[in-house]
Amino acid sequence: MTQIYAYIPHTNGVAADAALEFPSAAKKIDDGASVTAVVTGSGADLDKVAESMTSTYSQVIKIDNADLAYPNAEIVRKALINIIPADAIFLAVHDTFSMDLAPGLSVKMDSAYAADIVDFEGVDGTNLKAIRQELGGAVNIHVNIDISSGAVITVRPGSFAPVEDGSAGGAVEDKSGDAGDLSAKRKFLEIVEAEVGDVDITKSDVLVSIGRGIEDEENIEIAQELAEAMKAVVSCSRPIVDAKWLEKSRQVGTSGLTVKPKVYLAMGISGSFQHMGGVKGKPFIVAVNKNPKAPIFQVADVGIVEDILDFMPELAEAINDL
Amino acid sequence: MEILVCVKRVPDTAENEFELNSAGNDLDRDDLVYSVNEWDNYAVEEAIQIVDKLGGNVTVITVGDDESEEVLRREMAMGANDGILLSDDAFEGSDGRGIAAILKAEVEKGSYDLIMTGAQADEGAAQVGGILAAMLDMPYASLVNKIEPGEGKITVGREIEGGNQEMNEIDLPCVLSIQTGINEPRYVGIRGIRKVAKVEIPVKSAGDLGIDAGSVGESGAKTKRVDYFVPDMGEGAEMLEGSTGEIIEKLIEKLKAKGGL
Ligand SMILES: Cc1cc2nc3c(=O)[nH]c(=O)nc-3n(C[C@H](O)[C@H](O)[C@H](O)COP(=O)(O)OP(=O)(O)OC[C@H]3O[C@@H](n4cnc5c(N)ncnc54)[C@H](O)[C@@H]3O)c2cc1C
Ligand SMILES: Nc1ncnc2c1ncn2[C@@H]1O[C@H](COP(=O)(O)O)[C@@H](O)[C@H]1O
Repeated sequence: MTQIYAYIPHTNGVAADAALEFPSAAKKIDDGASVTAVVTGSGADLDKVAESMTSTYSQVIKIDNADLAYPNAEIVRKALINIIPADAIFLAVHDTFSMDLAPGLSVKMDSAYAADIVDFEGVDGTNLKAIRQELGGAVNIHVNIDISSGAVITVRPGSFAPVEDGSAGGAVEDKSGDAGDLSAKRKFLEIVEAEVGDVDITKSDVLVSIGRGIEDEENIEIAQELAEAMKAVVSCSRPIVDAKWLEKSRQVGTSGLTVKPKVYLAMGISGSFQHMGGVKGKPFIVAVNKNPKAPIFQVADVGIVEDILDFMPELAEAINDL
Repeated sequence: MEILVCVKRVPDTAENEFELNSAGNDLDRDDLVYSVNEWDNYAVEEAIQIVDKLGGNVTVITVGDDESEEVLRREMAMGANDGILLSDDAFEGSDGRGIAAILKAEVEKGSYDLIMTGAQADEGAAQVGGILAAMLDMPYASLVNKIEPGEGKITVGREIEGGNQEMNEIDLPCVLSIQTGINEPRYVGIRGIRKVAKVEIPVKSAGDLGIDAGSVGESGAKTKRVDYFVPDMGEGAEMLEGSTGEIIEKLIEKLKAKGGL
């Protein structure tokens, strides 16, 4: 029987959404697999998360240690290699913590590594068939993962349906004593919080969001004029912030802000999952992109193949004429 | 500081409309435009800035084919001092672990204080840096967006969810994966490229590196890429067509209905 261990990320005593998505992913790997939740941390917060997992998982392992109070990937890895069986499948979610933890964990467990899986097609012998995306979501690809000596796999957040049914009736097993030596060459210091900007994009019902398709800093004015006509606010994708054309507080996405507008205009944005991960609440999405193959057209409600530099001024003018 | 920066030649997502080939199992690669992986330019820029301040050398390295030499030259035009091309038919089809094993063999021939990779490349895996670090038993931090070098250790900021930053102190030598936005990579003009056009770039094979060919490449890969395909995405977006005027008219109606106007 396939043994699957799911790493539960959590903050302030609350598990991340992924905690409810792993069981669906596990089912798609092997319907008969045993699935165990693994929670690391310290103190009351950890106990709270571990306890909350017993409704979703029949087995929950907790590893409690003061050194794990903040999830320093190097220390978490050291604890895990003493607790996860080497031939198991270890699941984590493809977030900033797993990017730190998972690749190295696969080396230490001497198992296969596969990142950012969006779907599984089951196990055939020792071959696990899975699907990923490449090139910013432009193409999909099948991959074969050899699980004969275990695997470390990260799954894309939101790709597997959350399980609602909370009747697992599981128990928490304390494996803190097995964690072993947790010394590390990397020391966590502090969290520096993101700066708050002049405009709060999370408060606007309508966002005119621009991406690399805006091409030039001067062109941002065009988006601002459209936003003005629509009584909307300008937000953006990451490359616009990296280029320092707009403040970080305008960035939508997993490493920016999460927005829940009614209407989201994606102007010259390709639609990477890290960008779309910040667009919540099922808004009406309009995508304008000059590439008819842009992945954004798979998630938008309405798609328009046009050059935004021509289209935005015309749209603004038409709206002003209403 | 002796700094090694790993770079990769990738299809440029901004310059290409990706289509599948006629067999429907791979990209149509005939007219693809390639460039340096976006993240790697930030890593090279950061390395150059550190060496400008503290002295030392920046070496750029890639595992790739003959054409990958051009990305090494581009990064040398930015200011990297040396380039190394690791190239062998046996490397083809390597998974992340294979690429890291090849890089490791060369890393061990040198003496580097700091090894950098990009946060992720064309496959979106974000794996090579972390795998390489674990193989070398060096500490690692991913998604680094700030570096302050110190004595025998450095302080790094990692970008985490919500744009917050996680500060860490790490012993040297270490491996870091670099996130975009950490700096503003300098522009490379034709003249810069021409200046380094004749610089010798050593090419090393599996034999030169002492790598058992069976442990890397397709045969050594535990995760194998099989075929590209067009997903069944359901309906996708309703595409508005016609003249720009007609499209705008239709769009305004929809925006009104959805509360956008
Ligand atoms: C850990 C991590 C976190 C990340 N967090 C975020 C995040 O929070 N937010 C975020 O946005 N990204 C984030 N990213 C980056 C993300 O992966 C993508 O690189 C980014 O979203 C791409 O931005 P884009 O769509 O604007 O640019 P591109 O992908 O370059 O797309 C530009 C699009 O514009 C189109 N275009 C070009 N010119 C025109 C024109 N004149 N008219 C119309 N269309 C045009 C092109 O066809 C293309 O589709 C993150 C990445 C990592 C690794
Ligand atoms: N073939 C390669 N040669 C050298 N470095 C690579 C190669 N593939 C990946 N890398 C490095 O690893 C980083 C992350 O890539 P990946 O793990 O493939 O997403 C890249 O930004 C490069 O720095």
